[in-house]
Amino acid sequence: MSAPTLTMTSDSGPVGGRLPGADIRVTQARVFRSEWLKLITLPSSWYTFFAAAAAMIGIDLLVCWAMNSHWSQMGPMERLTFDPIGHSLRATFMAQLIIGVLGVLFISGEYGTGMIRSTLGAVPRRLPVLWAKLSVFVAATFVVAMVAAFASFFGGQALLGVHGTTLSAPGALRSVFGAALYLCVVSIFSMGIGFAIRNTAGGIATVFGLLLILPGLVQALPHSWEQHIFPYLPSVAGSGIYVVKADPGTLAPWTGFGVFCIWAVAAVIAGSWVLLHRDA
Amino acid sequence: MIQVRELTKKFGPKLAVDTLSFDVQPGRVTGFLGPNGAGKSTTMRMIIGLDKPTSGSAIVNGKRYAEHDAPLCQVGALLEAKAVHTSRSARNHLRALAATHGIGNRRVEEMIELVGLDQVAGKKVGGFSLGMGQRLGIAAALLGDPAVLVLDEPVNGLDPEGVRWVRELLKAKAAEGRTVFVSSHLMSEMAQTAEHIIVIGRGRLLADTPTEDLISSASAKVVAVRAPEASRLAGALAGPDVTVISRSEDSLEVHGLSSAEIGTIALASGVVLHELTPQQASLEEAFMEMTASTVEFHAADIEAPAPAGHIERNPNQ
Repeated sequence: MSAPTLTMTSDSGPVGGRLPGADIRVTQARVFRSEWLKLITLPSSWYTFFAAAAAMIGIDLLVCWAMNSHWSQMGPMERLTFDPIGHSLRATFMAQLIIGVLGVLFISGEYGTGMIRSTLGAVPRRLPVLWAKLSVFVAATFVVAMVAAFASFFGGQALLGVHGTTLSAPGALRSVFGAALYLCVVSIFSMGIGFAIRNTAGGIATVFGLLLILPGLVQALPHSWEQHIFPYLPSVAGSGIYVVKADPGTLAPWTGFGVFCIWAVAAVIAGSWVLLHRDA
Repeated sequence: MIQVRELTKKFGPKLAVDTLSFDVQPGRVTGFLGPNGAGKSTTMRMIIGLDKPTSGSAIVNGKRYAEHDAPLCQVGALLEAKAVHTSRSARNHLRALAATHGIGNRRVEEMIELVGLDQVAGKKVGGFSLGMGQRLGIAAALLGDPAVLVLDEPVNGLDPEGVRWVRELLKAKAAEGRTVFVSSHLMSEMAQTAEHIIVIGRGRLLADTPTEDLISSASAKVVAVRAPEASRLAGALAGPDVTVISRSEDSLEVHGLSSAEIGTIALASGVVLHELTPQQASLEEAFMEMTASTVEFHAADIEAPAPAGHIERNPNQ
């Protein structure tokens, strides 16, 4: 390392805080910019978003190709209930894992490395950091998920050939948009959990527990209980938005999506309470 | 200037900081001393608002830290060496912090150059040595050209040249009229850097005094004596408040008598003296003496189960 020399800049006034450039202070817009810089300057963000998109498109295309090439072996009932839209968006379930992990990591990574002390030292009012992190991450997720959902749909329908459908089919456009919206809410939900739990392992376990494990557990309950709980679980309620042929007993697409949003808002409220009240 | 008033922090049942009150004045370097677990880091974290005080307040330049519109321009803080995401480069780390205040990239480059990280600014912070991490932390602290610097153990992990550089930086910032508040476990370092010293033990204020006064007030009467007939002199010096330690065949360490008194007794008993030197207590000794009763983690306590308490979060102490 080169020998540092001590030079005082001439703008260093006796009381400090006299940097050149007008209006040096914290604003919400500047905290957005800071969080955006943080997101794009971590190599893992790029890998993970790429992995999410690649996994979603790749698996969806594989499913559609497999369905099309095995069409002749399918029974009449299976052909009758065949859901070309659903098959082309099947891997949204997979992508939510990757987005959920990245959402938790975007928060817990700061706690794990100690970066949060620098972050909250610069923005000691704290809540602007939460809004900024939510906004930039949801924006990035929306773009990636939208590209992946449309690519999956069009690619999948092309591979399904004559068994495929078009975007003008009933529920098709809602499902494709819905897959992207679902992943956006997953990202909000996982960041809320990240802010509340602050620890990577605990955060990821909680997100997966609530999205993936809980539905299985609830299905083991007596049916009279299960039917009143199962439809309202976060991933069950939310996934209706990208499914055309819904299972009986599930909520209507937008109703379910609203329920999932309430889950996400609850996670964010828990996260902001922890952010504001716990020592960093 | 920093005004700490009745500042108290409890972690569960344990009192980490106990009704602490002091001012840190601008224009000089103020050292912050205390044994491990004394509450130094917790106090500094409360000044920056990372920890919420259980009661009391810490006011920086007239307001709580979080109430300032441009906190980085009020206080530059280095609270732990690597408060940085390990996968991000040093330059991007500083740019992200600067962005929150609208501070431009030119200032970021100036700070990188000032702390001597130009060669490695594009590299991931995860690969940095402790010393490089400290330099990055200092660059971050100086980003907003702050009126107040709060630095927790800034010379930790630095090579001798780096230590000298930090010492000069702190003095220069104080000379510009800024408030410089710096903790260290290196007492000798503080003796050379700080004009004023605040000592805490078990979260309580033990001293708030100019460095010189701290040394002189704590200087116990210790005199080194060398005499060929040391054992005979030791007998003559014996008294109720006098302790004589035999260092070797011809040298003694006398506690409880001044050098003048020892000289008089030696003359009266006809003992030849080769040396009679009053020992100036170092800052280290002054500090040890002052905090002896408040040390949180005595080495002798190893056998006893450690109290479930708060250990300062700086892992480098």
